[in-house]
Amino acid sequence: MNIPGLPPIELAPGPQIRAVHDELHGDLLELSMGPHHPSTHGVFRMVVTLDGETVVKLKPVFGYLHRNHEKIAEATSYLASMPYTDRLDYLCSMTNNWAYALAVERLSGQAVPERAEYVRVILAELTRLLNHTCLAGFLLQDGGASGTPLMYAFREREKILDLFESLSGSRMMCNYQRFGGCRADPSPDWLAAASTLAEGYGRFLDEYEALLTGNEILMARTQGIGRLSPKLAVSAGVTGPMLRATGVGYDVRKVDGYGVYPRFPFRVPVGAHGDVYDRYMVRILEMRESIGILRQALRDIPAGPILDPKSKQRGLRPKAGEVYSRIEGPKGEIGFFLISDGGPNPYRYRVRPPSLVNLTILEDMCLGQSIADSVVILGSVDIVLGEVDR
Amino acid sequence: MESPEEIRDRVQAGVPEAAVSVVANPGASAQHSLLAYPSHALQVALFLRDDPALRLDYCSNVTGVDWTDREVVEADPLAPERKVKRLQPGYLEVVYHLYSMAKGHGPVVLRMRTVNRSNQVTLPSLTPVWRSCEFQEREVFDLFGVVFAGHPDLRRILMWDEFKDHPMRKDYAEPDDYEWEPTPHGSVLEKARLHYPAPAAPAGEAKP
Repeated sequence: MNIPGLPPIELAPGPQIRAVHDELHGDLLELSMGPHHPSTHGVFRMVVTLDGETVVKLKPVFGYLHRNHEKIAEATSYLASMPYTDRLDYLCSMTNNWAYALAVERLSGQAVPERAEYVRVILAELTRLLNHTCLAGFLLQDGGASGTPLMYAFREREKILDLFESLSGSRMMCNYQRFGGCRADPSPDWLAAASTLAEGYGRFLDEYEALLTGNEILMARTQGIGRLSPKLAVSAGVTGPMLRATGVGYDVRKVDGYGVYPRFPFRVPVGAHGDVYDRYMVRILEMRESIGILRQALRDIPAGPILDPKSKQRGLRPKAGEVYSRIEGPKGEIGFFLISDGGPNPYRYRVRPPSLVNLTILEDMCLGQSIADSVVILGSVDIVLGEVDR
Repeated sequence: MESPEEIRDRVQAGVPEAAVSVVANPGASAQHSLLAYPSHALQVALFLRDDPALRLDYCSNVTGVDWTDREVVEADPLAPERKVKRLQPGYLEVVYHLYSMAKGHGPVVLRMRTVNRSNQVTLPSLTPVWRSCEFQEREVFDLFGVVFAGHPDLRRILMWDEFKDHPMRKDYAEPDDYEWEPTPHGSVLEKARLHYPAPAAPAGEAKP
């Protein structure tokens, strides 16, 4: 890299595939896993240096899905970015929408009606169920349990996606939240269907846990694997179930108390070892708490408008200023940083992607583990490349 | 949590040589920020992390902002009744959003600014203080062109290594990598005309 007027800057060499000969330790092999490896959850590459089967160095390489989401959002109006946030973490479009709507509401000082706050909580918790169920399935798939756990997970996921589809018109790209509320009012039938799902989800989890939690192979593959210390996790900005698996009970829902979350009593499950098994277990326990929140929110949801009548969507020009606003997404803290210069487009639009920050310590978790375990460890991080690459 | 002014005074007391000022945020969110000078930013960051009252152990978000050159109209310092135009040089800014997991408060917004946008774009890396800056600072380097001194592995992260420019800068111009695609869009046809000035008539349609 060269900057006029400064001496040229030496950049670290990019990853290459080569065999390194070392007379004492034999050959080190540099292996490029991905970008088309099936266990990398998309187009993601790990450049792994192996001593035998042991990982001695690991560099994640990504950006294959980079489309400069932020630049595109800075060239369009505030509302026009809303459907585009669906494509960040494409499993959790409802929480992406919420995080963005909340940031714009705080930037422009808009209020949200109570019914919309309840609907947002219901949708966010359904998204959490959906994401954690899928992740457990993917994790098991990565561990070699081909098919069954993933298909069980997908069966339940479809039920939630059906609810999303009947409410927003789309299974995954929901584009449902608006500044100052939501786009469509859920009908009584929809709420009844959501209640039925929430009531039945515990039985599915029981079935799923009977299959997996005590499973000897799962325990052998995940316990003690990919350990993360709480100190490093905090320093590395790891959030979500990955952080809580290390024993740090930090949940933005509790800390910030955004929306109507302070009204719902729920527990924050934490792990003790910070290994892959704890990450799996924390997610299962979180789903059980989500069911409790859902049950309560569906019972207490008030009548009223779904969108604030004074809210402004099109032609929104917030006063000059900036905001950083975050929510607890299923993968961790998803935040939006917006700067307005008073114009119709954001001057600066930034997404704080939980998956990207959680990847920072991938190498630390994989060092000294075997190459087969690095696949499971990556699976437990729960990345979605649409969000990592943006 | 303390107000930004109180945090500034506390930082000034802890790191006397650092000049920290408060940047006001006029918006509805009222998240005011601290502006640190690059020469002492590392000490300021360490103080913010380790001070027992603040304990900002978690750096959530790191991002860059490109502030371009702009013209400001202000009173002439020699003759205050006259207005003069002045070109305020642009700069790149890096913004850190800090929280405390131990105390459960935040955000404290920390900013650093480069001297200009062209040849003095080096800022100290805060990766030694908060590990979460590692990838995010790489992203700021990649997309904005801020060089972080002391970063352990400063490479491009989203764009490919051979890429030259910094796409998130406001004056970034897309390369003219036009490829022919049969589409009726006006802007595409316009570009096609520039690349293929006189499209020949298809051979098959020529009349005998």
